[in-house]
Amino acid sequence: MEVLLFAVGAALSVAGGLGVVAARQPVHSALSLLLVLGSLAVLYLTLAAEFLAVLQVIVYAGAIVVLFLFVIMLLHARTPESRPSPLGGQWSLAVPLGAALWAGLSYAVLQLPAATHELPPEFGSTEAVGRELFSRFLLPFEVASLLLLVGIVAAVVLGSSPAPPSVPPRSASGREEA
Amino acid sequence: MTVPAAAYLLLSAALFTLGTVGVLVRRTALILFMSIELMLNAVNLAFVTLARVHANLDGQLAVFFVLVVAAVEVVVGLSILVHIFRSRDTVDVDEVDLLRG
Repeated sequence: MEVLLFAVGAALSVAGGLGVVAARQPVHSALSLLLVLGSLAVLYLTLAAEFLAVLQVIVYAGAIVVLFLFVIMLLHARTPESRPSPLGGQWSLAVPLGAALWAGLSYAVLQLPAATHELPPEFGSTEAVGRELFSRFLLPFEVASLLLLVGIVAAVVLGSSPAPPSVPPRSASGREEA
Repeated sequence: MTVPAAAYLLLSAALFTLGTVGVLVRRTALILFMSIELMLNAVNLAFVTLARVHANLDGQLAVFFVLVVAAVEVVVGLSILVHIFRSRDTVDVDEVDLLRG
């Protein structure tokens, strides 16, 4: 059962990751991201992290992806990457570099000892995580709430200030003059 | 744990690599943000896997804080992005070069 869940979750998340990187429309990227986040939530369940699985669905899939979709809607996605990139050959460089990165990460990962400890009951439940959060991790928790407050203030300030004076995007010809 | 932890970690490495390639090749700022989210999620998966391997909740708490930071980062980043779009009519990161000398 766990093997099946892992196989399906891994396949879906890699497919979603490819979709994020390769989709032409930002909306398709956002929906692929949703696929990744959902399948990772399932994988968290198989890894005894039920609280984080729920949090993943609520915070990531429920809030962050919706925010992305709203911004895509606001920007009405009328800026396709049609012009050739001023930096040529990004794909041909990035793919070998990415393969090298994956090889390096995989090598490092496979060096880890495979011993698995027995889990205490209730591992990863909301109660267990909450107990840790409000005892040993109380200070980071409060700092995190401060960080969220800063985020709210920043969003309000940036959202309510008038539009800055318009600067036309520099055209390809203007780039050469400059 | 019938699936070996290494399988989860290899998946995490693959997702992180995909996110890195996305940041390298894409030019729409929105998709750069999504690729960064992909990388954060890959790291989260590694945290959760190692928390399971070591039967230690600290990894899961790290993921909790990563979630908080990711949420704030997206909120602030996207509002800056909307600002840039309102003033320059583009979200192509190659076009936004006011600070270039």
